[in-house]
Amino acid sequence: MSDIVEKTLTALPGLFLQNQPAGGPAAPKASFSSRLGGLVRGITALTSKHEEEKLIQQELNNLKATVSAPTTTLKMMKECMVRLIYCEMLGYDASFGYIHAIKLAQQGNLLEKRVGYLAVSLFLHENHELLLLLVNTVVKDLQSTNLVEVCMALTIVSQIFPREMIPAVLPLIEDKLQHSKEIIRRKAVLALYKFYLIAPNQVQHIHIKFRKALCDRDVGVMAASLHIYLRMIKENSSAYKDLTGSFVTILKQVVGGKLPVDFNYHSVPAPWLQIQLLRILGLLGKDDQRTSELMYDVLDESLRRAELNHNVTYAILFECVHTVYSIYPKSELLEKAAKCIGKFVLSPKINLKYLGLKALTYVIQQDPTLALQHQMTIIECLDHPDPIIKRETLELLYRITNAQNVTVIVQKMLEYLHQSKEEYIIVNLFESILVLNTVDTYAPDNAWFIQTMNAVFSVGGDVMHPDIPNNFLRLLAEGFDDETEDQHLRLYAVQSYLTLLDMENAFYPQRFLQVMSWVLGEYSYLLEKEKPEDVITRLYKLLMNDSISSETKAWLFAAVIKLTPQAHSSNLVERLIQEFTISLDTCMRQHAFELKYLHENIELMKSLFPVDKSCEEMVVDASLSFLDGFVAEGLSQGAAPYKPHHQRQEEKLSQEKGDFFHETSSLKLEGIKKLWGKEGYLPKKESKIGDEVEAPPIPQENLTIENMDQVITKRDQSQVLTQSKEEKEKQLLASSLFVGLGSEGTINLLGKADTVSHKFRRKSKGKEAQREETTSAHSVTCSSLSSLSKVTCENNYLNTFSQLLDSESLTELPLVEKLSDCSLSAPSLFADNDMEIFHPPPSTAASVAKGISLYMHSNLMEVCNNEAVSISSYKIWKDDCLLMVWSVASKSGSELKSANLEIFPAENFKITEQLGCCLPVVEAESTRNFQYSVHLEKPFTEGNLSGFINYQLMDTHSVQLEFSINLSLLDFIRPLKISTEDFGKLWLSFANDVKQNIKTSESQAALPSALKTLQQKLRLHVIDIIGNEGLLACQMLPSVPCLLHCRVHTNVIALWFRSSCSSLPDYLSYQCQKVMEGS
Amino acid sequence: MIQAILVFNNHGKPRLVRFYQRFPEEIQQQIVRETFHLVLKRDDNICNFLEGGSLIGGADYKLIYRHYATLYFVFCVDSSESELGILDLIQVFVETLDKCFENVCELDLIFHMDKVHYILQEVVMGGMVLETNMNEIVAQIEAQNRLEKSEGGLSAAPARAVSAVKNMNLPEIPRNINIGDINIKVPNLSQFV
Repeated sequence: MSDIVEKTLTALPGLFLQNQPAGGPAAPKASFSSRLGGLVRGITALTSKHEEEKLIQQELNNLKATVSAPTTTLKMMKECMVRLIYCEMLGYDASFGYIHAIKLAQQGNLLEKRVGYLAVSLFLHENHELLLLLVNTVVKDLQSTNLVEVCMALTIVSQIFPREMIPAVLPLIEDKLQHSKEIIRRKAVLALYKFYLIAPNQVQHIHIKFRKALCDRDVGVMAASLHIYLRMIKENSSAYKDLTGSFVTILKQVVGGKLPVDFNYHSVPAPWLQIQLLRILGLLGKDDQRTSELMYDVLDESLRRAELNHNVTYAILFECVHTVYSIYPKSELLEKAAKCIGKFVLSPKINLKYLGLKALTYVIQQDPTLALQHQMTIIECLDHPDPIIKRETLELLYRITNAQNVTVIVQKMLEYLHQSKEEYIIVNLFESILVLNTVDTYAPDNAWFIQTMNAVFSVGGDVMHPDIPNNFLRLLAEGFDDETEDQHLRLYAVQSYLTLLDMENAFYPQRFLQVMSWVLGEYSYLLEKEKPEDVITRLYKLLMNDSISSETKAWLFAAVIKLTPQAHSSNLVERLIQEFTISLDTCMRQHAFELKYLHENIELMKSLFPVDKSCEEMVVDASLSFLDGFVAEGLSQGAAPYKPHHQRQEEKLSQEKGDFFHETSSLKLEGIKKLWGKEGYLPKKESKIGDEVEAPPIPQENLTIENMDQVITKRDQSQVLTQSKEEKEKQLLASSLFVGLGSEGTINLLGKADTVSHKFRRKSKGKEAQREETTSAHSVTCSSLSSLSKVTCENNYLNTFSQLLDSESLTELPLVEKLSDCSLSAPSLFADNDMEIFHPPPSTAASVAKGISLYMHSNLMEVCNNEAVSISSYKIWKDDCLLMVWSVASKSGSELKSANLEIFPAENFKITEQLGCCLPVVEAESTRNFQYSVHLEKPFTEGNLSGFINYQLMDTHSVQLEFSINLSLLDFIRPLKISTEDFGKLWLSFANDVKQNIKTSESQAALPSALKTLQQKLRLHVIDIIGNEGLLACQMLPSVPCLLHCRVHTNVIALWFRSSCSSLPDYLSYQCQKVMEGS
Repeated sequence: MIQAILVFNNHGKPRLVRFYQRFPEEIQQQIVRETFHLVLKRDDNICNFLEGGSLIGGADYKLIYRHYATLYFVFCVDSSESELGILDLIQVFVETLDKCFENVCELDLIFHMDKVHYILQEVVMGGMVLETNMNEIVAQIEAQNRLEKSEGGLSAAPARAVSAVKNMNLPEIPRNINIGDINIKVPNLSQFV
């Protein structure tokens, strides 16, 4: 009891202020400070949400009045802010106070400022407009001599800071890296890291300072810099390999207890630091034997030192194990790590068990036998009361699935799905199940596949990702290698869906119904016993069901349309048409009318909806040439000629400038693929093929169940044995789960796991375009009117732009460097040997020569070499892509056999090989070129291409040599030649802009020379110079335009970028600054 | 990176809400509610990790939580953080609170919400772990408190008076304090693992 009294006393000094009889100005203030207490007490005493709302609204009204009253002092404001924070935390809107929070941060003394900053960081977000008002305050506080103020400013900068204002504070924060106080240095490092996260381009130049921070004498600052390195190494590990030694040394010192005792946590030296370092090492050593060798010792030491006395040592151990398995393997370490995993898995502590399972999941791909060792534990975890553990176990099982155990594992997953209520888990599981189900990999047979998918769809239905049903349908439509097998599968699907639909009172998720309707529409013709009419009857029943969404009804209707030409009697179809031509749903009504007109001409309909052609492309006369006569007639009668949408838009724009998107609300059809003309649908007539399919054998309906039955009977038999029943069951389950994981299964498993994911991905990507086309052509359903108009709008926008591009040729580029320059500046290595640098195979000589003479290119640069070969590369900046040329030169006296150069796929690029890259022989002292064209897929800040060459010398085994080369976004910037008028139009249409001022030394001739620099170095096109203003334009490949407006005042050049892409202006402004300040 | 730090009591009332990634106001509230429901239905003897709910970024994110007497401390982190490491960070944070408030309880978090935020700022800055050394954190906070006293001047006098009263251990209890159903318990600081 005395405890409570004590606590209440300490907690409520504010209450005393209320009773403070101090006179004068203190009186009102006192009542304010107690308000929070009062408010809290008031709220806790309430019983309903409604009352709370009332109370808080009242409170907010009071606060609103107080904060806006001119008599409110800053001190009172401070109290108000705390109450506002409290209200916001409870979820009430206190936006009226935001501006006052900023004011408090600006004007208050230290304590008030602190509250102000806190409130700002809790209330506002990075893009909030009010935040701009804070910038000056932050700048002022950063320059303050008071440490606390500097700390506060750094804290707020790292919490929220507007991206575009970073240049204003950047130099100040950089200075802080040299501050004498380590806490300031540490916070400055983290603030810079934050900048790196939100605007990586703007801190590119301070990477060297990060290195300094890494070497800081204070451990805390060094630890802070590890955040940055972890991030950067994750993005591009090859650039930081040289730091491996430093990280290893640091870790050695930490593990060896060289740090002050202050850093110990439960007598473990700096555990968080160790964790960070281990993660970094894991990233650095991945697939890199040489780097990995550097860290074997320290990892061994870490594993040895970590005595298991505290939770946090397990954290280190876990990271250690993870690192050991990520880097280039060393058997000794792997053995120790495997032992550690055992400790985790067998631990009675649930957290450790969880991590053990996680580690197993990670490791299992390298060492499946480990799962065998722990199989009993895994089985126990399957029935664990904690769903998270269960989930992790399933994930683990998913990784060890093979053809023999797939039925059991999927069964387990489905069981879990039935129990689980949590959406995100379901979504993840679906993905796994679907991958496992890919028929030709693991699934035992068709029936099982369809049954499982049915179960998945009916359980998960509407929460699953829409890709899943789409992928499933694609799988069915594209089929596998064996055509008869495919037909069996489809027929089975049709039959099982009909059975499902015939069940009384069954309810299926919308997505499942959509899948069913597509399959029925497409493949009902395979049925022998049932007529299309019977199928239509079922679909009709569904269509009349009110609980079905209109999207699903559209799918159903599409299926009916597809079945109509096959049906013999049309009574039902006519009834359908009757019902839906008067439907209130416009979409349905449209479909009904379509069906009505098509129905009048069955022959046309048959050619429109050929049987089993879902995977074939339909060719459509998009130019509507058949209308030419009609148009000519109209023109001759004085009708106005048709103007494309973009032309109309331009005209309108010139009338009312600035209102660019005004006109898009009405429906425009230009640019949309034409499926329907005046005379109806316009496909290229396809010859009908009537190949009848042989009657498939009747599939076994209940195979899954039978399988399970077998398992159960096995179990029954096992009961006879003396061992306890439960134990036996578990072992049986284990034997069915872990079957095929033995030694001979190992290699197999690894190979398979890989192919599954690949196959799946390829399927979903490769045929995307075609798929879209077929669905839009066949089902004719999903395009509602609103989406049409939206697409039109976008298309027109693109058209405008491409027209601008077309209007002038883009091929001529300023030639800065000639071919001769290049060979002159080539490394001396080549000069000595007196080699021709460009010596491509005869067939390609012409194209390379042409490429070089036409386009700008970089200098030849050596990327790697060894005693036998030297590889150099250069970039050719072609109009449409970046052409990378690697020239492989063999050195004296060695002839290379079967030299083969490969480039690893990179995240942001599409790399295509220009020529055959495998050469039978490279003679001694000669050069071969390999060309790759690189297309940009999405903007990036720092990219690199890496690859390897392998070759055979005369007698030796093959040698592999790796190399990498950095690409900058600049490599994908090309001039954009447009007229001044077009510039004006485009300028208005772009939303993203960035402004920057750059000081120049020269004053008068600044503009022309600056523009020239930009033209040469950054490949911007100078459109026009008007007085002291200049207009430039460029485009990022493939076609993202960026415009630049420069204006010169005395000795400052104001740059103003605009683009349709948000990151491009940022990047270019940084590059411009670099170029101009360099010049 | 840490995406969010949430503290709420056994009834789901938020006591500290700090997001390092910006979500709209209503989503934030939804996240707090959803997290509470996720955490509430878990027994104390099962693991302290949860996969992030669908709101906060899905499977890449983890909720790592600890339950102390009446309060849940939940950290939402991405895959670049170590689970056990964060679990201990929560412990460090709570122990620091305990040091700063001398036997911290839920009331401290309510009535000194701002101070709790300042302490948190010294532990986690912009989603990154800044300091894990408890003595160092307490030292920073004390430096700020000194500032408060020197700046406070006259206005700090009442606070000093309060502490004087407290130290004298007077038997008098302020009678007009009605703190409703707030549970006051000494937090259970024993380690979980």
